[in-house]
Parts: sequence; structure tokens; C-alpha cells
Amino acid sequence: MAAETKGWDRNQMAARAAQELEDGMYVNLGIGIPTLVANYVGDKDITLQSENGMLGMGPFPYEGEEDPDLINAGKQTITELPRTAYFDSAMSFAMIRGGKIAAAILGAMEVAENGDLANWMIPGKLVKGMGGAMDLVAGVGRVIVVMDHTNKHGDSKVLKECTLPLTGKGVVDRIISNLGVLDVVEGGLRIVETAEGVTRDELRAATEATIVD
Amino acid sequence: MKKVYGSAAEALDGLLFDGMLIAAGGFGLCGIPELLIAAIRDAGTKDLTVASNNAGVDGFGLGLLLETKQVKKMISSYVGENAEFMRQYLSGELELEFNPQGTLAERMRAGGAGIPGFYTKTGVGTVIAEGKEVKTFDGQDYILERGLVADLSIVKAWKADETGNLVFRKSARNFNPPAATCGKTCVVEVEEIVPAGSLDPDKIHLPGIYVHRLIQGEHEKRIEQRTTRKREEA
Repeated sequence: MAAETKGWDRNQMAARAAQELEDGMYVNLGIGIPTLVANYVGDKDITLQSENGMLGMGPFPYEGEEDPDLINAGKQTITELPRTAYFDSAMSFAMIRGGKIAAAILGAMEVAENGDLANWMIPGKLVKGMGGAMDLVAGVGRVIVVMDHTNKHGDSKVLKECTLPLTGKGVVDRIISNLGVLDVVEGGLRIVETAEGVTRDELRAATEATIVD
Repeated sequence: MKKVYGSAAEALDGLLFDGMLIAAGGFGLCGIPELLIAAIRDAGTKDLTVASNNAGVDGFGLGLLLETKQVKKMISSYVGENAEFMRQYLSGELELEFNPQGTLAERMRAGGAGIPGFYTKTGVGTVIAEGKEVKTFDGQDYILERGLVADLSIVKAWKADETGNLVFRKSARNFNPPAATCGKTCVVEVEEIVPAGSLDPDKIHLPGIYVHRLIQGEHEKRIEQRTTRKREEA
């Protein structure tokens, strides 16, 4: 556990990311911290898409009510809601590629100041595949990345240029990290806000990417 | 024309040959044609190229065909759940072509719809774009991806009528309809075959024109990640 991490913890990052969502949005949440965002949408009317072919994703089932025909994109058993609709994979990605999904909230290994995103492979390590991530970042209205600002060695994951193979080029709109919120703008990243107890200087120091004022 | 066969082996009779391209429905272990996969294992057909979003797990689904080394190449978007797959891939015994999930689904849909290629922005500027034509439309770059036509489609649906009209259930639909359409021949396994006329024509998910052979059978329907909540949390 990264107990030493400064700023927001996983749940606080998820809560901050939930503020990005507006009433009526259709949204795709990635695996990990993004999944937690669903816990913080409050009264907002948000419809979650699961790219294996479902809109209106419900919570995990009660024990004993798991249905092998009802899983999310992380292959976890889930439930349906009164609004749920099912469709095939081609239609699922037609709505993603066609820009019908308002936002995707995804994890990242690296983000660069031009909005490049790397989150699917580390050369030389086990390669599992990109799944639907490349389609999502290319297609949805807004890409919000939720990530730790630095790796376990303290090196910045918010870079001038990504070193890992890209998931998408120039696709990220906003970064929400444990240290704060940054937008991808002309010439670099702009600080939107800092996490509680984090100064702008600390955020700058942990960021390799160019910060523009 | 009779579409209903007595077993998976009968339904595949005469359709299998070494080196063939098979498109398989399913996502993870959900909605996979488990009976047809087992029958292909028993038939021993070799040097298969299989287009399927995932490669099953060790001992189930397409993992069965990996264990017997019947698969030469996988076309998939995600293969994380399979140790034998990784072993064969890392040792060079198995080829792997990663396709982004939506690109794979659209390749199948396009192949089945008589569309030999399409432009997509998915993968532009990534390794997926390497060697592919890039074309600019309205100031934005797109890459050319090919429609996929398989020698055989293997598909799982929930119900069928005797004429092959299909109904899927919940998220087990996934890749099954696009996979079904892209095969020169399509064999489908279902949980129940009902007489023609007993399915509501307005509620058919895939019309029988795409379905050539049909079997009914018992499905294990294994769960990959059993996640639940406690009743108190409700």
C-alpha cells in the first residue's frame, strides 16, 4: 500500500473525478480507481456503459444471485437496472467510436503534456492487450485520467513525452492525480486545482511535463 | 433446409480443415461456444487462426485448443487470463495479433456486411497503425482496417428456433452476432431450440439467414470473477 502518498487517496481521487460528471451523461469507467467513481455520483443521473455490450450497469449481485451471462468489461458479475439495455460488441464500439459516450474515466501508466496516453503495455513484461482502451480514448467526448502522480520510485508519471507504447495520441483532456487536477492545453498542462495540503510548487516539482500559467 | 444437428461433432462434420480461420463469439468466458470448442479439440484440427476477443482460461473455452497446440495464431484484444497462452506466446510457439476490441468487432461486422475495409481513428499514432494506410478526413487522421471473413464462425446464443433465428441473453450477446455474420459457414450452439413461430419476430437479435447449423446442449457457463455484495450493504 502506498501509505506515504501525499494529497488525495484513492477514494478522494474518485470523488473528485465524480465531480466531472454531469446529469444525463453516458459514461465509461475503467478498471481500478475509475470503478470507484460510481460510488460518488450522488443524485446525478449517470448511465454507465460496459463495453462488452451494456448500458445501465448496476452494482455487484447479492451472494447467490450471480449470473454467468451478466458481467462487466472486467469480467466481474454485475446486475442490471430498470434502464438497462444490451447490445452486441459492434454496436457497443459504434457508440464509443461515434462519440455518443460523453466521457471515459481511465487509469494511466504515463500521460504526456500533449495529451498522449500510455496505459496498455510495458515492453518486456507480460503483455495482456489493450482491450477496448484504444477505441475509448479515440472515440469518447472527453477523456479523464485518474492516476498516481508519481511511481513507487517517486518519478513523475506526468511527462514531456511518454516512454511506453501509446494507447492514444493527444487524447487526454484532464488529469486527476493524488496531487491535483491538470488540464491539457496549448503548450502543456495547466493547473486547475491542487489537492488538499498540496502546494502549486509541490505539484510542479512532481511534474516533468511543462506547466503553463 | 435442415439446420438442427444432433451434436457438436455432427454439426462440424465436413467443415474443419487444418490452417483454417475461425471466428468465435464470447467475451471472457461469457457467451462462449464451449461445446463447439470442445468438439474442435476432439476433432484435432491443427494450425488454426482464431479471431476471438479473448483466449479463454487454462482448461476452459479456447484454452482447450491452446493446451493441445491446435492454435497457430490468435487475433484478440486481451489475453490476460491464460498462463498457457503466455507460455506459448513468449516461447514463440503461438502468434498473436492484437486488435483493439472495437476494431476487432467492426472487422467482423464489416466482413459479414461485404465491406472489405474501413477507416477508424482507433489506434492512430500507436503501434496498431504501423504498416497501415493513413487517410485524412476533415482534418483528422484515420487508419485503414480490413474486414474479416472467417472460414467458420462458432457462436453461442440463448435460444434459437428451428430456422436459426437467434435470441441472446444479457451480456452474453457480446461478440456473437458480429462473429456469426463474418463466417462463410456459421455453427451455433444454444440452450434451447424452439419450434418456428414461438419466438416473437420483433425480438429476434440475429436472423437465421446467418445461421447454417444449430445444436442444443448443456452449458457449464463458468464465471470468471465472482463479485458480490453483502445484503446488509443494500
